[in-house]
Amino acid sequence: MVTRSAVLLVLGRVLIKAFLVALAVVVIYPLVWMMLNGVKSNSELFSNPFALPIAWKWDNYVTAWNRGVGDYLTTSVLVTVASTVATVFISAWAAYGLTRVNIPFNRVVLVLILGGLMLAPTVALIPLVKMFQSLGLYNNLWALLILYTAFRVPFTTFLIRAYMMDLPAEVDEAASVDGASKARAFWQVILPMCKPILVSTVLLNILFTWNEYLFAMVFTSGGALQTLPVGLTNLMSKHGTDYPVVFAGMAIAAIPVIVLFFAGQRYFIRGLADGVGK
Amino acid sequence: MTVSDTAWKPAAPPPAPVSTKSPKDRAAKSARTRRWRNVVWVLPAVLLLGVFAYLPLVQNLGFSFLKWDIYSGRQTFVGADNYVRMFNDPIFWKSLLNNTLYAIISIAFQVFGAMTLAAMIEGLRSQRWRGILRAVYFVPSAISLTVAGLLFYFIYEPEMGILNAALDFLGLGNFTQAWLGQENTAIFAIIAMSQWQGFGYCTLLFSVALQRIPSELYEAASIDGVGPVQRFFSISLPLVREMTGLMMIVTVSGAFQVFNEVMVMTSGGPNNSSQVLGTWLYRSGFVRNDFGYAAAVATAVFIITLVLAVIQLRISKKRRVQW
Repeated sequence: MVTRSAVLLVLGRVLIKAFLVALAVVVIYPLVWMMLNGVKSNSELFSNPFALPIAWKWDNYVTAWNRGVGDYLTTSVLVTVASTVATVFISAWAAYGLTRVNIPFNRVVLVLILGGLMLAPTVALIPLVKMFQSLGLYNNLWALLILYTAFRVPFTTFLIRAYMMDLPAEVDEAASVDGASKARAFWQVILPMCKPILVSTVLLNILFTWNEYLFAMVFTSGGALQTLPVGLTNLMSKHGTDYPVVFAGMAIAAIPVIVLFFAGQRYFIRGLADGVGK
Repeated sequence: MTVSDTAWKPAAPPPAPVSTKSPKDRAAKSARTRRWRNVVWVLPAVLLLGVFAYLPLVQNLGFSFLKWDIYSGRQTFVGADNYVRMFNDPIFWKSLLNNTLYAIISIAFQVFGAMTLAAMIEGLRSQRWRGILRAVYFVPSAISLTVAGLLFYFIYEPEMGILNAALDFLGLGNFTQAWLGQENTAIFAIIAMSQWQGFGYCTLLFSVALQRIPSELYEAASIDGVGPVQRFFSISLPLVREMTGLMMIVTVSGAFQVFNEVMVMTSGGPNNSSQVLGTWLYRSGFVRNDFGYAAAVATAVFIITLVLAVIQLRISKKRRVQW
């Protein structure tokens, strides 16, 4: 016998699913629109914003690349790789020290490093400008590398430390019986065991660095030194009337991280979830 | 937790009173040096943070008492003048209001909206659909706020944008307007973009929290004839309460640090109507060359984020619901 509540339940299920799918379409459509606009002509953009491109002008992507997006991308890749590697190593190194080595003032150091989690970059901005000017590192990629690393170490250390705390102590004891020094135990035993969380932190740091805007905007001004987020706003202000090229540039900036997210989804979710609290 | 270092252990007994150079004493001393040598592990992190995060924080406080022209380099001590000016500055209050609006709307959508959405997703039977929806909702969070901001700049654009076109199509032509070009809509248009960009991230986190609730609880409730809506309110909601608290703080803290999207979409305009603390700080310093004042605004941001961080810490400590 079909009861009224059973009907309601099925109806509810269908409605929820329909709503979720509709929402997914609304969420993803702006990105599809962006990519399609990248292959339209300028006049097409203004005639009917929902229409598909008539002739797919892939050369907009080439034009965008040649108008600086290529350079911005190279800079972004360079800064992202360098600061991610630096951040993850310094953090893993510190996490090891905090969890498995007897260091003086352990608690103080822990609070100092993890306290960095609450520091907003905007608060430090003005003194940092002065500091980097006197260091001669203003308008220099080293500024970005240093700042990205410094401001990402707390979160990265937090994640790796939590993971290392869960590794059994016998692991180290086995390593010291072998006569391995602390450093060797770190490189050869502990670090390989931390691989899952290292992958998560690498991905999260790539995402952060690739998308960072405030420091990139304030600390670099020359074309070749600019990362994608800042470069795109330049592309917009310099060639603002050639909209399809701007859309193509935006798509070039967005696609790598979207691909990366889908490729490493499992690790992303783990990192994000552990970051807010297990 | 510290894993015991066997070489360090013998340091415990007090030094023998007679001979000052007993072997025990030397062992203790060398253990102490060895212990100090261990700081190499945390030194890079501590130095980086000390110099580039904590030192600027202190310096900022000092700068906020100066009148400072960065181009001529001239600095004069002006006492609390910058703070007095800040409290009398209508744009500062407007910015604070906009940040607060940002926080309130984000709590509604990115905390409570995302939680409801996560519950809906986790209630689906198909594992595949759950995965697809979570991923699709997250995609906007993967792209940069710059790309998202530029994209919505175009979406809101009256000539080519899809928002006005969609309203026309739906027969709501009366509502079409220059969303970012008007004082009363600009900040809301930016906040709306930010919800699109951020809700998937929060949904994902709530999904993970919901997955950690043992399924037996739901099964038991089902057998007792408890419906899905009631299950949400009596099981899911209480058990993700800690997560909800944390997410609220993270969201509010983020709302007071907003910069990128406002800068890209309106630069705080028109007529400072969409100014937030971050952009007002930037504009005061780098455009109006009033760095002392900018430092005072930065101090305000610091105090707000500090208070929120302390609350967050207290929630984290109380966390870990047992079931």
